[in-house]
Amino acid sequence: MTRYLPWLGGLALIGLPFVYTAPYPMHILIIILIWSFAYTSWSVMGRFGLVSLGHGGFMGIGAYATALAWNYWHISPWIGAPMALLAGALLAVVVAYPCFRFRIIGHYFALVTLALSGIVLQVITATRDYTGGSLGYTPERYQSGSSFYALQFTGKTTWYLIALGVWAAGLYVWHRVDRSMLRYALEAISEDEDGAAAAGVHVTLEKLKITVLSAAMTALAGALYCQYQMFISPDTVSGIAVSLQMVFAVVVGGIYVPLGPTVGAVITILLAEVLRVSFGTRAVGWDNLVYGILLVIFIIFLPKGILGSLLALRRAS
Amino acid sequence: MLKIAGLTKRFGGFTAVSNVSFEVEKGEILGLIGPNGSGKSTIFNMVSGTLAPNSGSIQFDGREIAGQPPHRIINLGIGRTFQIPRPFRRLSLVENVVLAGFYGQGRRSRREAFEAAERALGLVGLPTDRGATVEGLGAAALKKLELAKALATAPKLLLADESLSGLDEHEMDQAADLLRRICRDLDVTIVWVEHIMGVLMRVVDRVMVLDHGEKIAEGQPAAVASDPRVIEVYLGTQAAAVRAAAGAARA
Amino acid sequence: MAIFDIFLLEALLNGVLLGGVLALLSLGLNLIFGVIDVVWICYAELIMLGMYGMYFLYTVYHAPIVAAAAVCIVAVAILGVLLHVLVIAPLLGAAPINQLLATGGVLFFLQSAATVLFGVEFKNLGLRLPVLKAAGMFISYSRLLAFVAALVGMVLVYLFMTRTYTGTAIRAIAQDRQIIPLMGVNSRRIYLVTSALGGGLAGLAACLLVLQYDVHPFVGLSFGPITFLICVLGSLGNFVGGFVAAFVFAEIIALGGLYLDLEWGYVFAFAFFIVMMFVRPEGLMARRS
Ligand SMILES: Nc1ncnc2c1ncn2[C@@H]1O[C@H](COP(=O)(O)OP(=O)(O)OP(=O)(O)O)[C@@H](O)[C@H]1O
Ligand SMILES: [Mg+2]
Repeated sequence: MTRYLPWLGGLALIGLPFVYTAPYPMHILIIILIWSFAYTSWSVMGRFGLVSLGHGGFMGIGAYATALAWNYWHISPWIGAPMALLAGALLAVVVAYPCFRFRIIGHYFALVTLALSGIVLQVITATRDYTGGSLGYTPERYQSGSSFYALQFTGKTTWYLIALGVWAAGLYVWHRVDRSMLRYALEAISEDEDGAAAAGVHVTLEKLKITVLSAAMTALAGALYCQYQMFISPDTVSGIAVSLQMVFAVVVGGIYVPLGPTVGAVITILLAEVLRVSFGTRAVGWDNLVYGILLVIFIIFLPKGILGSLLALRRAS
Repeated sequence: MLKIAGLTKRFGGFTAVSNVSFEVEKGEILGLIGPNGSGKSTIFNMVSGTLAPNSGSIQFDGREIAGQPPHRIINLGIGRTFQIPRPFRRLSLVENVVLAGFYGQGRRSRREAFEAAERALGLVGLPTDRGATVEGLGAAALKKLELAKALATAPKLLLADESLSGLDEHEMDQAADLLRRICRDLDVTIVWVEHIMGVLMRVVDRVMVLDHGEKIAEGQPAAVASDPRVIEVYLGTQAAAVRAAAGAARA
Repeated sequence: MAIFDIFLLEALLNGVLLGGVLALLSLGLNLIFGVIDVVWICYAELIMLGMYGMYFLYTVYHAPIVAAAAVCIVAVAILGVLLHVLVIAPLLGAAPINQLLATGGVLFFLQSAATVLFGVEFKNLGLRLPVLKAAGMFISYSRLLAFVAALVGMVLVYLFMTRTYTGTAIRAIAQDRQIIPLMGVNSRRIYLVTSALGGGLAGLAACLLVLQYDVHPFVGLSFGPITFLICVLGSLGNFVGGFVAAFVFAEIIALGGLYLDLEWGYVFAFAFFIVMMFVRPEGLMARRS
């Protein structure tokens, strides 16, 4: 029975928009799916102790590169998004290669990448003549409606299915990594880099592979977010806050289980929505206040996350 | 097969290995002995690429490998074990060895890696079922795991930093026997480090003695064991063992 | 912020002055890292709270500025101790990365607490220190004051570290954590003193920064990243390295800001950081291996 559970769940998710189409819950679902994908992308590397706080930077690159390519050169997002993805991957190589080569690990790596996401935000702000700076940026509407070419859709159902597909692809990548030799190498590296190297692992290369994969996926999440929301601002897709938000959601959900990041996204986004709906504009700040306290409490008392702890409980009983 | 000349390693102002030269012939077991801190592990670290030497050359099959990264050296066919076992606790027992089999053989194929792992585990006498974990393995088993990891990389030359000090008499004999079989049956050349001389002297073809980072003797076990400098170095606690070893080697 | 707009020399000089404050910032962070082996990601947010403290005491309650500064320094030092006791201490045995993330949670908390309590408006002291005119250059007194105070602060810390028993113990631990049990010192007490010291330095930095910059809940984000880079570049836990790196960064920011925007200064500083990692990795890792 449990073997068919994922398939049944998948079918239910695909069928959902054909029986239920209320716009607001649909919107929340789409947002949850997109962020779930972003969080999953982070955890693809984060689960191996490679704690990057630079993913806000990769997401920002993905979103802005796609939007800028469309507005300035009329490059369809179908080409722009892969380009953005490449840009994210390239940035990951430039920053991560020297880190890995010279053994900047743990705290040090987190700090360097933290600075990276701060810097991406600064660049977006500094180039305000092109990016709109902190006021945000909007990709131009194409023929005022839905267009496959421009990857713009007014219907929520289309977006729901796209987001669902990308999210599922993210889980598939997670699963593939989990089954690969790369996972063995990265688990070994996270414990003992010298020991892994002595077993024949090219430590720098293997770490770089997973980082590039994770960064590219995150950039794709940024592109997707941009196309769906049709509005991006440095604060919502880049910067340290976004990086920490990713880590936070993953920690809450569970870092070592495939659906952990998704559970984290559901919980954090619903929390923010509930706060927003019940407090209105007075909620500004309150959601992050609660986030912050929860994050600390989770790390101290439930470091495996909600889903991770539940699964561990079930296994133990 | 392995040709080392003028090898030197300094840590700050302290010279751990000083101008050491020696050769290893294909098919032999070379014993490398010396008191604590004499630089044996440091030599291994340099040959396997974990440390870069300050000067000197290391030639393997005619190719200079000094200063190369460990993963490249292992792919050339030099496997090593660590004196203090370094299992990966987040991987299962089999996965530990599969990892070495896959990456140590230049990432050829998953299947080969699993086969190599099973062979290596079988050879050293560890369980090959997928469920076995590293947790709870004793000192002897962890040393076997180290050896299995090294063997799974299909080495031509094995650097065994064994140090059997944690093992009892019977386990020591087993370990020595295992190394002999690996050399003979798998056609692997071995350099074996050990500071308890008794067992080692019975197994090796030649032996080399280090003291304070310098080579002080090299040759047949019997001759080395009766070398006055070697006896002097080992005078304290192990003098009797040296004499016994010399006797055993002569017999 | 038209701070860097006159001459190259002036920019260079301003860079030196900024370097003093950056050095002060990274000193506090380095101290915590070296002794307790944790990184307070929320360090810049402690400074933000200190800046608000100054704003309220001086501008709203009209306290004398020196008294306000003293109160702020002590208050932020207490915050540092609280941070240690409430968040770090329960996690001392956990994976290092968990400590880092927990302080990330504190960052969220402090930022939003400030938003909720004080609103998102920019606030400033409304204090206009005169501008010093010398050799055709304009150097603001507030920068000069900040520089001098930062130097004095650092000298005081230096004296504390070298002349007192506690300071010596702190230095010993920063050099080699293995010795804690050997020394027979009470590590708990050392950690508390270090946290207070790190917090106090953040408080001092807050008093100096509020003279030059407006305070708002997200002000920490504008100098937090740069502080982290300074620490990494000067090799975390290495006080001298952090000091030198602070001045190099400040110059880059000042010169970048002279020719382009201030944000570009930060971007150049980051690019410089990456290049340095390729060129001089040893400098980065003096403390490890
Ligand atoms: N990474 C290092 N940094 C500093 N000193 C080191 C390092 N590795 C080894 N040493 C020193 O070099 C000397 C030689 O060490 P090595 O481990 O090679 O000795 P050994 O012969 O293997 O000793 P043992 O028989 O105890 O295993 C020792 O004094 C040791 O303290
Ligand atoms: Mg040794």
